Amino acid sequence: MANRITLQVQRYHPQRDQEPWFESYEVPLRKEWVVLDALNYIKDHVDGSLTFRWSCRMGVCGSCGMMVNGVPKLACATFLADCAPGPIRVEPLKNFPVLRDVVVDTSDFLVKLGEAKPWIIRKTEKPLNEEYFQTPDQVDAYKQFSMCINCMLCYAACPVYGLDPLFMGPAAIALAQRYNMDSRDEGAQQRLDILSHSEGIWGCTFVGECTQVCPKKVDPAGAIQQYKLTASIEWVKSLVLPRGASPR
Amino acid sequence: MINPTEYVPKSFRRRVSTFWWIGTWAYLKFILREASSIFVAWIVVVMLLQIRALKHGPAAYAAFEKWLANPFILALNAISFFFLVFHAVTWFNLAPKAMAVRMRGKRLPAAAVAAPNYVAWVMVSAVVAWILLRG
Repeated sequence: MANRITLQVQRYHPQRDQEPWFESYEVPLRKEWVVLDALNYIKDHVDGSLTFRWSCRMGVCGSCGMMVNGVPKLACATFLADCAPGPIRVEPLKNFPVLRDVVVDTSDFLVKLGEAKPWIIRKTEKPLNEEYFQTPDQVDAYKQFSMCINCMLCYAACPVYGLDPLFMGPAAIALAQRYNMDSRDEGAQQRLDILSHSEGIWGCTFVGECTQVCPKKVDPAGAIQQYKLTASIEWVKSLVLPRGASPR
Repeated sequence: MINPTEYVPKSFRRRVSTFWWIGTWAYLKFILREASSIFVAWIVVVMLLQIRALKHGPAAYAAFEKWLANPFILALNAISFFFLVFHAVTWFNLAPKAMAVRMRGKRLPAAAVAAPNYVAWVMVSAVVAWILLRG
């Protein structure tokens, strides 16, 4: 194994550059190093101005999502050795505005996440000294969707979001579905309007790449298609049943 | 909600190329899958023409068969057949994603949801083949 590898990192300084450009850095190629280690090496020893987001270094916080050789990846979970002999192209997450170097503006995602109401909604709360019991099967129904770490790799993989930034996007819908499937939640009707909008689930054309790139095996594509079925049934019910029959 | 005094940093947004789907197999496969609908529609038109020819008697049907033997139509139908199979296979493979079937509290594996689709497809094809080929 060669002992060095080249990283081509996208650079962009909002005050100086009209558009992004690439800078090459040579870093030690160590078996246990991930792309994030290489970026930290560059920042510490070569170029302190290189800007990127990171926090936990262990695939939990979802901060270090970036394009590695054109594929959305967590920089902390992508080994240099797997990309050898290189060069490794490191770019900011696709489909988001770039603020600086590989840092993107995540505001759009955060607004959409809020619209999905990703919290437990109750019509009446139990007193604080009472618990909400769940069977293992009831936990299983939503557990997969609850693994989302908001890393936005799915947004970078989604061509629909790239072409139509109004699209709610995979993670927000998967998280809405996570609460819809929760036996303690009673907010499905509140989420129906925003989810069954043309920019919600119906914007999805089922490319399926969101599921492929998800580092936590959340399967947002599955969540969206399953919700399409739910929304269709709700729509038929609203046609067939007399007004006021279905609980709102 | 737009806050008029909010600081909006300068940013760079790259325009998505019209040809975004070329160069990545997953995206190309998606476009081919969507485009296969055109060929499905074409085969529906061919079937409707066939039924119309059948209604107009043996001479009209012979003319229809002659039209089918035209090399251009033959080539188009061969391509359509490929896309029809592609359409069916991708559709069946996506079914488990859209349907989370649960039995005794556990979700059925993807293969168990897709398999009945394939079985039904083979059985219907066998019945159609038997009707057509029995002489």
